[in-house]
Amino acid sequence: MPDHIVPKRIYYTIFAILMLCTYLTVQIAFFDLGVLNAVAALTIAVIKATLVVLFFMHVKYGTRLIWAVVVGSVFWLGILLALTMGDYLTRVWRTYG
Amino acid sequence: MSELIQHPALAHHFDSLEQQKEASTLGMWVFLVTEVLFFGGLFATYLIYRNWYPDAFAAASHELDVTLGTINTVVLITSSLTMALAVHAAQLGQRRLLLIFLVATMTLGAVFLGIKSVEYYHKFAEHLIPGPGFQFEKEPVHVRHAQLFFSLYFVMTGLHALHMVIGIGIMLVMWWWSWRGTITAEYYSPIEISGLYWHFVDIVWIFLFPLLYLIGRHA
Amino acid sequence: MASTALLPRRHYLNDGYGVKSWLLTRDHKRIGLLYLAGVTFFFFVGGAFAVLIRLELTTPVGDLVTDETYNKLFTMHGVMMVFFFLIPAIPSVLGNFLVPIMIGAKDLAFPKLNLASWYIYMIGALFTMYAIVTGGLDTGWTFYTPFSTVSSTSNVIPAALGIFITGFSSILTGLNFIVTIHRMRAPGMTWFRLPLFIWSHYATSLIMVLGTPVIAITILLVAAERLFHFGFFDPAVGGDPVLFQHLFWFYSHPAVYIMILPAMGVISELVAAFCRKPVFGYSFVAFASLAIAVLGFLVWGHHMFVAGQSVYAALIFSILSFLVAIPSAVKVFNWTATMYKGSVSWETPMLYAIGFIGLFTIGGLTGLFLASVGLDVHVTDTYFIIAHFHYIMVGGTIMAYLGGLHYWWPKISGRLYNEWLAKFSALVIFLGFNLTFFPQFILGYLGMPRRYHAYPPEFQVLNVLSSAGASILGVGYLIPMAYLMWSLRYGRAAGPNPWGAVGLEWTTTSPPPTENFTETPEVTWDAYDYQSTVDSRQSTFPAES
Repeated sequence: MPDHIVPKRIYYTIFAILMLCTYLTVQIAFFDLGVLNAVAALTIAVIKATLVVLFFMHVKYGTRLIWAVVVGSVFWLGILLALTMGDYLTRVWRTYG
Repeated sequence: MSELIQHPALAHHFDSLEQQKEASTLGMWVFLVTEVLFFGGLFATYLIYRNWYPDAFAAASHELDVTLGTINTVVLITSSLTMALAVHAAQLGQRRLLLIFLVATMTLGAVFLGIKSVEYYHKFAEHLIPGPGFQFEKEPVHVRHAQLFFSLYFVMTGLHALHMVIGIGIMLVMWWWSWRGTITAEYYSPIEISGLYWHFVDIVWIFLFPLLYLIGRHA
Repeated sequence: MASTALLPRRHYLNDGYGVKSWLLTRDHKRIGLLYLAGVTFFFFVGGAFAVLIRLELTTPVGDLVTDETYNKLFTMHGVMMVFFFLIPAIPSVLGNFLVPIMIGAKDLAFPKLNLASWYIYMIGALFTMYAIVTGGLDTGWTFYTPFSTVSSTSNVIPAALGIFITGFSSILTGLNFIVTIHRMRAPGMTWFRLPLFIWSHYATSLIMVLGTPVIAITILLVAAERLFHFGFFDPAVGGDPVLFQHLFWFYSHPAVYIMILPAMGVISELVAAFCRKPVFGYSFVAFASLAIAVLGFLVWGHHMFVAGQSVYAALIFSILSFLVAIPSAVKVFNWTATMYKGSVSWETPMLYAIGFIGLFTIGGLTGLFLASVGLDVHVTDTYFIIAHFHYIMVGGTIMAYLGGLHYWWPKISGRLYNEWLAKFSALVIFLGFNLTFFPQFILGYLGMPRRYHAYPPEFQVLNVLSSAGASILGVGYLIPMAYLMWSLRYGRAAGPNPWGAVGLEWTTTSPPPTENFTETPEVTWDAYDYQSTVDSRQSTFPAES
């Protein structure tokens, strides 16, 4: 079963989008959007990472097993972050500075 | 059609190059899972302290050079492009292009590390290395927690830089194998899985950059 | 039954002689034996510390060692046993040996990586042994901060680095197993024809790969914080010691499932073989392994009920801790159901299996008591906890390890051991174990704290009983060493299938050839396709007998 060869123009297109996202994330940082600054920065980072995973790392053209491995790793990181933050965010005896 | 002469790269415990390739690809992906969790512990630490000390973190983040950080982000993403193009060349058996793109990837990686060294030197000169010499004159009230930010900064970017150094080492080996003719259109999976590692290191930086450099820049 | 078998002429043990052929081997079977040497040695190192602990605790006064030395004793007992024995023992010895054979493969997916895993394990152990002989470690195996990062004057950094390095051995073994099981099964070996031993090791490998990196970074941060005074876990600088505990237990709770899941895999094999019956509810047991692996990651906060985490987090962790007991219970019920109407025989491995089922049940049930926050608050940091985890780790894992070692010893060595001595040892171990640890449940309930080298005099009787049990247990562990080694030279040849069991490992010679099989097997039978004496179902397993 020959491997799917991704055409080069797809790589260039994704690269252009990644450059655009980088530009956007820097620009947005200089505006005061309150808590949305962090949301915007992380959203853009997730989009960039997803593009790298899907196209540069060929997951879009790969097997379901690899896809499950990728999703699983993100999900597990999510468990670590969510349950740990679950403790910190519910510590009502502490005010945040 | 059965191979009467076994491919030189086929290991004895595998039945076919196909099976071997699938095994090594899955193996590299499982390794990257471990890397996600490895860096993940640091991201968890960052998450807690950014939540606890938002003002100190914002003030400390200001001390980082956004221009250099942005340039480094562009450099690293470009190196991912050249890496993808290297794999593409390998798949098509284009040895010369493969060698060129591998060199381009390594060069961009070295540029990244060079810029990082400059940044680290600046931090040293500005007394922002955590330890007894740490000073935070701009906002002295945040000095304790700014030191925490810089500890995280150095550990996270330091660990990332270490991974880059290892990546460049791997690329050197790949270059050597490509030059020797070990890599062909039939057997290019070492390039592909090295590429997976490289892209992963890029992804870590994609998250490090906004989290470390872009906090509270609007002030 | 009398064995008239002969040893095969060519097998993996005589395929190359000399130190280099062992230290540079890529054969998973030889690597399993390299691990056997390592884990056995470190078991006795950890055991030596246990001897000193129990010796000290025979009297209420701390008169054998100082309190600082005692801190080092229980720390090093824990570190050696957890990281250098319990975590690697079954996966790296039995798993390495059996996983390729059970699925019909010639080796693991990455043989050189497998050898590297062993070297990494030994190097990590070297760092830790260095820490031990140059003054010791006194932080507890749990390395709680800020004591470990700021105040302790013991050899924290080399010990932390040793554990960090050894963690990679675990990660690479897990990686190897996952890829092997996915990609190297023989023709016809579908997922639901796999032995449950394989399912258990697959689930264990998932935990190794997902959990170990987190303790790796955490223990690295401990070493770094000690060296550079970062302050991540130091309240004096604005850090949070509880953050260390979150990161530490995120791995260390799933780690206990790394220790028990392979053991459960062994028990499934033993129960099927010695009841000559398929394991009851095969798919339930298979899925229960996966469920334990997943749920095991969601409960770590039950180690921190009194640490200072929020009460709401404690609530969530408590509920999830109750849930994680369910798949374990499913397995215990299914093993028991397997015995019903089975053709049960009581060879040594079956004695260990039945011991496991009883002792694991006690250990597991006491775990449920601890999952309840209200109860845990009273018995945490007492001997109740110590009894709980020793019932599971020693009464569970070590019994399963010994049972598996005895069951597959004929396959590994080609020889039979002395059955009467083996049965006797199993009994001694069972009695010694219970005498050692049951009194500790009572001690903990009555309030004796853990990690103390002196205690109120009214606790002495129970402590003496416990120490007496420990001496019996120690003897019990030494006897198998003797007769197993003896059998290597003088034991009768075992033949390919001395137990008359179903499984690919029993279709090849004892010991197996280096490439495991002379021809790649094609599997057409179910995992435990025994001839049924109840409904006269025939087996399609290609056995000779």
